[in-house]
Amino acid sequence: MIAFGLTEDQLEYQRMARQFIAQNVTPNAGHWDETGHFPKDEIRSAWENGLLNLCIPDSVGGAGMPLVDTLIISEEISYGCVGYSTSCMANELALTPVVIGADEDQKRKFLKPFVDEFKLAAFCLSEPGAGSDAASLRTTAKREGDEWVINGQKQWITNATHADFYTVFATVDREAGHRGITLFAVPRNTPGITIAPHENKMGQRCSDTAPISFDNVRVPADHCIGGPGNGWKIAMRTLDFSRPLVAMSAVGVARRALEESIKYAKERKTFGKPIGQHQAIGFMLSDMAAKTQAARLLALEAAWRTDQGLPANKEASFAKAMCADWCMEICTDAVQIFGGYGYTKEYPVEKLMRDAKLIQIYEGTSQIQRVVISRELMR
Amino acid sequence: MKIIVPIARTEDYNARIVVNKDGDDIERGGVAMVINPFDEIAVEEALRILDGGDGEIIVVSIGGDEAAPELRRALAMGAHRAVQINTEAKLMPEVITPLLGALVEREQPDLVVMGKQSIDGDSGQVAQRLAQRLNWPQATFAYEVKIEGKTVTVGCEMDGGTETVAFDLPGVISTDLRLNEPRLPKLPDIMKAKKKPYDVISDDELGGVAESPIKVLSMAPPPERQAGQIVADVDALIAKLRDEAKVLA
Ligand SMILES: Cc1cc2nc3c(=O)[nH]c(=O)nc-3n(C[C@H](O)[C@H](O)[C@H](O)COP(=O)(O)OP(=O)(O)OC[C@H]3O[C@@H](n4cnc5c(N)ncnc54)[C@H](O)[C@@H]3O)c2cc1C
Repeated sequence: MIAFGLTEDQLEYQRMARQFIAQNVTPNAGHWDETGHFPKDEIRSAWENGLLNLCIPDSVGGAGMPLVDTLIISEEISYGCVGYSTSCMANELALTPVVIGADEDQKRKFLKPFVDEFKLAAFCLSEPGAGSDAASLRTTAKREGDEWVINGQKQWITNATHADFYTVFATVDREAGHRGITLFAVPRNTPGITIAPHENKMGQRCSDTAPISFDNVRVPADHCIGGPGNGWKIAMRTLDFSRPLVAMSAVGVARRALEESIKYAKERKTFGKPIGQHQAIGFMLSDMAAKTQAARLLALEAAWRTDQGLPANKEASFAKAMCADWCMEICTDAVQIFGGYGYTKEYPVEKLMRDAKLIQIYEGTSQIQRVVISRELMR
Repeated sequence: MKIIVPIARTEDYNARIVVNKDGDDIERGGVAMVINPFDEIAVEEALRILDGGDGEIIVVSIGGDEAAPELRRALAMGAHRAVQINTEAKLMPEVITPLLGALVEREQPDLVVMGKQSIDGDSGQVAQRLAQRLNWPQATFAYEVKIEGKTVTVGCEMDGGTETVAFDLPGVISTDLRLNEPRLPKLPDIMKAKKKPYDVISDDELGGVAESPIKVLSMAPPPERQAGQIVADVDALIAKLRDEAKVLA
């Protein structure tokens, strides 16, 4: 059996998210981009409307939403502003490892507060010297009595400045390679945490990205999630959730670029007709539309596999690589269709192009996705 | 307080509407469907009247299963129960009114709050017909509703002004655009809406209905607007207004 239609519920989620974003995000995105303003009030509003932390299971009062449904919502959020969407998704990314690796007591302890209150979270894996090769991370955790002591540097951490809660990957044994990597839940107010000023980025400028340093940060033993040495497994499983989600955010950006381009191609006239009727532009629009739909289907299939409990590693990388790359192409073409106007801030497409670039980099670069895929193919 | 809010499922007001091939209706299907905007305002007003207090808001739709998403949306907004009345009859005011009337007799609400018109047929008759049928007071085109005890005071839009009327419950209110801004249901409420009571009944259970005696013979889109013209000066404008538009003597 194969079915491509959305269920009545999914259509309702989509409609609700679309309306919420049209009211709260799309009209403000340009201003946030210009000023680098972090839209905390509007993210809070997303939480109030139930659009945040969708991965939290219903056993602790969360939405327990299937990943496919989360993706449908993510497309809508990203359509309005993918920088805003990245801030929202960072919560999913940071909490998913807890959902995957924690026992029931830890879930209640660490996830329930996100149900009861508006809070931001950050996922701390990358380091100054360990991005693509995250398993080579240097941050250490040492057991001292009833506590773990964490030392090291994390780089590129989304939501770092505003988060109340960090999920931190550290090694308990550098010699052991990825088998030493361990996951810790670290509250923001733990002494020893320093957050550097946030990065001044090309795109997704309203999202908050900053380095964090951990200097003798002590957390109780029960803040170790999934047991020592199991962090890498949890991180890899997290990617089955986060890569389709990020892939779908690219679809939201692509759809925005496509819709803006169609509108413009109907309005703008050269040589006596709307530019969309020049075949070169018309065909560009056709490719953009086809790629957007292909990207959407890849992302949804990867998410569906994760929901079904099927292996999704390769498919998540298919989705992440192609959605990000197509999104970049689509946004570049959108700027081309707008001509000189596309190169100015008068129209939204130059922002889309800058925003899109990041999707090819974070959550595993487009190259790393191909490393994953080829490794699977050559097994 | 028990309030009935009838809701119609209509084409999205942003959708491109075209007349069908037979020229007797608009082309149905293929465009996004919504709760008729005036009815959405009615649902919102009912919620505000109840204000979380004791009572029940029952949303009703006539037709068939196709209106289920709109009824569920009203439940997600906060209505307590949905009633879907199945009928094969064409949905004209002469068909809708007796069915709603029978439902009101069965449910005995204190108030019916409904849109002033549905944006597809634009008949704008049902609230008035229903009040007449029930022999209840009516306040139409409401822009403001206040309730104290059993007395309802309603500010009503009129051509070129407003009018304030008051009546004692029960009664019928029809809602205008300015009355309120409907809330967006929250995601968890959308999920919970599925668990709320949802009754399906047939028109026969409400005494049955006859087809409307009114037949739509033809329907045509409004004439296309001509592109504007730029004139050289005031004299040219006056000449055009006089000779072509014939609005000046
Ligand atoms: C704005 C932003 C937000 C981020 N948010 C987070 C976050 O919240 N949490 C977090 O943990 N991380 C986050 N990251 C980090 C992100 O995941 C890394 O930047 C990414 O994985 C790439 O790592 P790197 O920057 O060290 O690049 P490098 O690993 O140094 O890669 C440099 C280049 O080499 C290529 N390359 C590397 N290895 C190979 C190979 N084997 N084969 C072919 N090509 C290769 C890469 O594709 C890239 O083009 C974020 C990054 C950014 C920019």
